[in-house]
Amino acid sequence: MSVIYILWLREVKKYLRSRTQIIASLGSPIMYLGVLGFGLGPVFARAGEGSYLQFMAPGVIGMTILFTSMFSGIALLWDRQFGFLKETLVAPVPRFFIMLGRTLGGATVSIIQGSLIFVVCLIAGFRPNSIVAIPMAFLFMALIAIVFAALGTVIGSSLKDMQGFQLVMNFLVMPIFFLSGALYPLKNLPKVLALLTRIDPLTYGVDGVRTVLIGVSHFGSVEDLVVLLGVAILLLTLGAWRFSKIEI
Amino acid sequence: MIQVKNLSKQFGELKAVDDISFNVQRGEIFAFLGPNGAGKTTTIKMLTTLLRPTSGTLELDGLDPTVNRDEVRKRFGVVFQDPSLDQDLTAWENMEIHGVLYGVARKERHERATTLLQLFELWDRRDALVKTFSGGMRRRLEIARGLLHTPKVLFLDEPTLGLDPQSRNQMWTHVKSLNESDQVTVFLTTHYMDEADRVAHRIAVIDHGHVVAIGSSRELKEQTKTESLEDAFLALTGTSIRDESATAADSMRQIARMWRR
Repeated sequence: MSVIYILWLREVKKYLRSRTQIIASLGSPIMYLGVLGFGLGPVFARAGEGSYLQFMAPGVIGMTILFTSMFSGIALLWDRQFGFLKETLVAPVPRFFIMLGRTLGGATVSIIQGSLIFVVCLIAGFRPNSIVAIPMAFLFMALIAIVFAALGTVIGSSLKDMQGFQLVMNFLVMPIFFLSGALYPLKNLPKVLALLTRIDPLTYGVDGVRTVLIGVSHFGSVEDLVVLLGVAILLLTLGAWRFSKIEI
Repeated sequence: MIQVKNLSKQFGELKAVDDISFNVQRGEIFAFLGPNGAGKTTTIKMLTTLLRPTSGTLELDGLDPTVNRDEVRKRFGVVFQDPSLDQDLTAWENMEIHGVLYGVARKERHERATTLLQLFELWDRRDALVKTFSGGMRRRLEIARGLLHTPKVLFLDEPTLGLDPQSRNQMWTHVKSLNESDQVTVFLTTHYMDEADRVAHRIAVIDHGHVVAIGSSRELKEQTKTESLEDAFLALTGTSIRDESATAADSMRQIARMWRR
């Protein structure tokens, strides 16, 4: 237990110390929120969908968590060769604990990051339906964080060098974001797109946050919760397996 | 302390380590010398449970690293070729995490960390972030950390690479005195012949995965009828330059070097 805790603490401490990184990583979500939120707002309203800012705020929160947690997992690759990871891999503790401490640390950091964006959304004019809904929203945010921190671990443990990183960004992280319904409603989509959004775990996360915060739902919060829990368990298992196979 | 018998490791077609045998006595400083790609690091990785041998047997303090992995891990400390400190944490925090990972009780952990940081002249900088440390300080911290859980064997894989003569000198002085006072067995690899000559009780020369000679510095010089260890080394391994094929780790090492400082 103390092993998981100290590795978790390490991730959180490092995050809190990197002020510039915190500010830098808020840049792109704020841009999405500002440019798309206000830029597409009038069109969205004319289509009879209400406020676009209300609609996309949960999507931008989801995006922030997705990016932060995926990065923390992929950073493993670098850490393995030039960092601290090697030190943990020769320690007399099960690798599963190491993987868990790291992954939960990465997830925690991205939840903090997501909360910061939540506050930015509130300042920009986003209004949740009720205060009571906020703890429920955090449950969904935590699940998004764990799912993608675990996916990051799977990928970080499997890649051989940094060249693979761009590949992952362009063919995995960006599609996960754009196919998640973070930016557009999921109803009446073309068949192929509808199918793709269905197999994207972030779709359920964003839908969950949106359901509890503004009451707009596509799948319903129960289905969202069940799918996210299932995917989290699956990816954590897969991550533990890939992590146990790392050779340095 | 360490017994290696007919050890081999094969990566696909390449035999990185080919049927080597040697023993390291308790309290000995044992140096592994060899050109690039001779199999030094691969041997260390097998002894430190990071790689499984293709064939042959290993023993460290009477235990088999492939079977009693965690028990063996408690018995050695290791400093790798590439840095493995957390640069965004302080020296003290790096020691602290190491102690927790090795299950050292809090009181003992703090006492050991204090003694070791003082010994390696890092005590004054214990609360500074590691990224503000010089190369020599980082290396010293890695060695201090490796000793925190009172291991019986210390593995040092090219620990002085990229250090200035002052830092190298100081580092070996510390290692030598620790070896004498605490009877820590030291297993090291290096490219610097003068270091091996100075600190090692016995030296094994390895080339193309084979041990080509083993003995004290004097014995090696006598065996090859040369004046210096460097000449003895060249007589044993030839003068041709070894071209290793680059791996993914090498290309990352290059990028890391570019971004450092």
